[in-house]
Amino acid sequence: MAQQTPVSNDTANDAPVAQDPRLIVTRTTPAGILATLRRRIRGGELGPLPVIVGLILICVVFQLLHERFLSPQNLSNLTVQVAAVGLMTTGVIMVLLLGEIDLSIGSVAGAASAVLAVLAVRVGIPEWGAIAAAAGAGLVIGILHGTIFAKIGVPAFVVTLAGLLGWQGVQLQLLGSDGTVNISDTGAIAALTHTYFVPSFGWGIAVVAVGVFVAFTLVGERRRAAAGLVAMSPLEIAVRSLALAVPVFGSVYVLNQYKGVPLAFLIFVGFVVAFDLMLRKTRYGRMVFAVGGGAEAARRAGINVDLIRISVFGLASMLSAMGGILLVSRSFSASLDTGAGEELMMAIAAAVIGGTSLFGGRGNAYSALLGGLVLGAITSGLYLLQMGTPVRFMITALVLLIAVTLDAMSRRSRRVHARGG
Amino acid sequence: MSTPVLELSGISKNFGAVQALNQVDLTVSAGEVVALLGDNGAGKSTLVKVIAGVNPADSGDVLFEGQQVSINRPADAQRLGIATIYQDLALCDNLDIVANLFLGVEKTAFGALDEVEMERRALKLLDSLSVKMPSLRVPVASLSGGQRQIIAIARSLLGEPKVVLLDEPTAALGVAQTAQVLDLIERLRDRGLGVILISHNMADVRAVADRAAVLRLGRNAGDFNVEETSYEQIVAAITGASDNPVSRRSERTPATRTEEA
Ligand SMILES: Nc1ncnc2c1ncn2[C@@H]1O[C@H](COP(=O)(O)OP(=O)(O)OP(=O)(O)O)[C@@H](O)[C@H]1O
Ligand SMILES: [Mg+2]
Repeated sequence: MAQQTPVSNDTANDAPVAQDPRLIVTRTTPAGILATLRRRIRGGELGPLPVIVGLILICVVFQLLHERFLSPQNLSNLTVQVAAVGLMTTGVIMVLLLGEIDLSIGSVAGAASAVLAVLAVRVGIPEWGAIAAAAGAGLVIGILHGTIFAKIGVPAFVVTLAGLLGWQGVQLQLLGSDGTVNISDTGAIAALTHTYFVPSFGWGIAVVAVGVFVAFTLVGERRRAAAGLVAMSPLEIAVRSLALAVPVFGSVYVLNQYKGVPLAFLIFVGFVVAFDLMLRKTRYGRMVFAVGGGAEAARRAGINVDLIRISVFGLASMLSAMGGILLVSRSFSASLDTGAGEELMMAIAAAVIGGTSLFGGRGNAYSALLGGLVLGAITSGLYLLQMGTPVRFMITALVLLIAVTLDAMSRRSRRVHARGG
Repeated sequence: MSTPVLELSGISKNFGAVQALNQVDLTVSAGEVVALLGDNGAGKSTLVKVIAGVNPADSGDVLFEGQQVSINRPADAQRLGIATIYQDLALCDNLDIVANLFLGVEKTAFGALDEVEMERRALKLLDSLSVKMPSLRVPVASLSGGQRQIIAIARSLLGEPKVVLLDEPTAALGVAQTAQVLDLIERLRDRGLGVILISHNMADVRAVADRAAVLRLGRNAGDFNVEETSYEQIVAAITGASDNPVSRRSERTPATRTEEA
C-alpha cells in the first residue's frame, strides 16, 4: 500500500483518516447547515422537508379560514382520527420499502375487525384475548401473502388483490346476516381510542422521549468523535434536539388543554418510533432496505430474501389488523364496511405523501405520522368548513400527485448522478 | 501452492436447453492466482456463480480444503470463506458505502447496528487499500463505475476469505485503478489466499496470474502455466482453433502483436 499513498498524506495508519478534499464539510457552523440545506434542495434529497412545510401551510390556511381549526379540541380529535389508518400506513411503508405494494390492507383490517367482534361478543372471550387474536390473524394472513409472493413468485400486486377480495369475503361471512356487531363501550377494546392520559403523564412521556433522544445522540456523537469520524457539533445536536422537543412538548401542551394525550395517538406514535428504530438501527431493518434496493445483490450478500419478504408482509398485515381494531374501538362496532372504504387509498397515499418512495428502498416510518397528519388535517379542516367528500378527494389527489412527482423527480436526479462511470 | 484449497470436478449446469457448464474441472491452491479465461458466453460467470452458491450446480463435486462440501446458498460459500466479486448486481444502490461494505455481516452492539464501529473499520479498510472516497455516507448509486467496483472488492475482503473470486474486476476501471486492483490481487496471493480471476484482458492475466484455465462452450479447454505458455497458445485454446480471428489479425498487422489491445 505504501507505494500508492500520496506523499502529502501524512496520517499514520491508526490515526483518524484525513478527509477527502472533494468532501464538502459543512456541518459545523450555522451557515454551513444552511448551505447543506440548499445543496440538498437542489440535489433532490429533500427528506421530510416538503411534507413538513406542506403540513404547516395546510394548518395556516385552515386556521385563517376557520378559527377553531387549531383549537385543542379539534387537534385532539385529529390525533385520534389518524391513528387507525396511521397503523395501516406504517405497515404499507414496510411493503413499499421492499418495492412492492399491498392492496389488501383495508380488507385485512376489515377481516380482523370481524374476528375481534365475533370473538369478543359472540364467543365471549376476554377482550384482550380477542385483540391479540385479531392481530395474530393479521400476522397469519400477511405471512400467507408473503409466502405466495416470495416462494411461488406471484406478483405481490396480484396476491394482495386477491386478498382485497378474499378477506372482505371472510369479513362478510363472519359477521353474517345482521352485519353489525356492537362491542361494549366500557371494555378494553373501546378504551383503546377513548382513553386520555392525565397531563402529568403526557409531560412525563415528552420528557423521557426527548431526554432519551438527546442522551443517545450525545453518546453516539462522542463515540464518533472518539473514533475519529465526522461528528455533529454541539450546535447541530442542540438544533436537532430542539427540532424534536418543540413539536413533542408543543403537542403535549395542546393535547393537555383538552382531555390529555390520547392513548390511541400514543399507540400510533409508539409503533412509528418502534418501526423507525427497527428500520434504521437493526440488522433486520438494514436487510429490508437492501432487498428493496437490490434483491439480487442482497441475496448474494447472504441475506435470506424470501424470509425478509414474508416477514415484511406479515408485519404489514398485522399492523393493518391493528388498524382494524382501532376502527372498531372508535365506532363501538364492527360492521360490513369497516375497512372497506377509503382506508386502503388513504394509507398508501399517506405513506407516499410522508416521503416513502413507491420505487422501493427509500423511505422511513415517520412518513406514516407526517403523511397521516397531512391527510387528517385536510379532512378535519374541510369538515369544519362543511365541505364534503368530493372536495376532500380532489384536494387529497392533488397533494398525492405533488408527493409522487417529487418522488419521481428525486429518483430521476439520483439516476442521472449514478451514470458516473 | 501445495494442497488445493478449492477443487471442482465434473461440474455441470443447465439453463433450460442451454448447457452452460459441461463436466468442468477447476482447482486453485492457497497463494495462487488462477485466471479463468474464455470467450463471451463460455460459462465463466456461471462457474463463478456455482462456486458462490448463487446458482448451484446441477451435478459435480466441490472439495474445500480437502473436504467434500455442498454450496447451495451464498451463505454457504461465505461460511466456508469464499468471497465473490460479481460482474453485475453486486451493490444495493440505495444504501451508502458503509452499509454496502457490511451488507449481510453487519456489526451490532446491544442488538443495534454499530454504525461507529462499521464506519471506522470501513475507513481503515479503504485506507489500507489506498482508496479515497469523498464520503462514506453517500448512496452508492452516486459513485462512478470504478468506485463501485473498488467497493465491491473491498467488501469481499472484510470476511477474511480463503478464496476470492473476481469476475472481470478491471473491466470498467481506469489505468490507475486497474493497477490498484492488480496490486490488490498480488497482495491477496501473498497473504496466502487462492484467487480466481476472470478477465478478458491478457495483459492483466500475464501480470498477475500463475495459471490460466480456459473454458470454451462450457467445457474445459486447457490449463496452462502462464509463464511457460505463449499468448498464441492461450488464444488458440480460447477460440478453439489455431486459425482464429486473433491470429489472422496479428498476421496481417505484425506491429500490433502485443498482448495489449
Ligand atoms: N440465468 C441464465 N439463464 C439462462 N441462460 C444463462 C443464464 N446465465 C447464463 N446463461 C447462459 O450460459 C452461457 C454462459 O454464460 P456466462 O455468463 O457464464 O458467460 P461468460 O463466460 O461469463 O461470458 P462473458 O465473458 O460475456 O461474461 C451463455 O450461453 C448464457 O446465455
Ligand atoms: Mg461473465
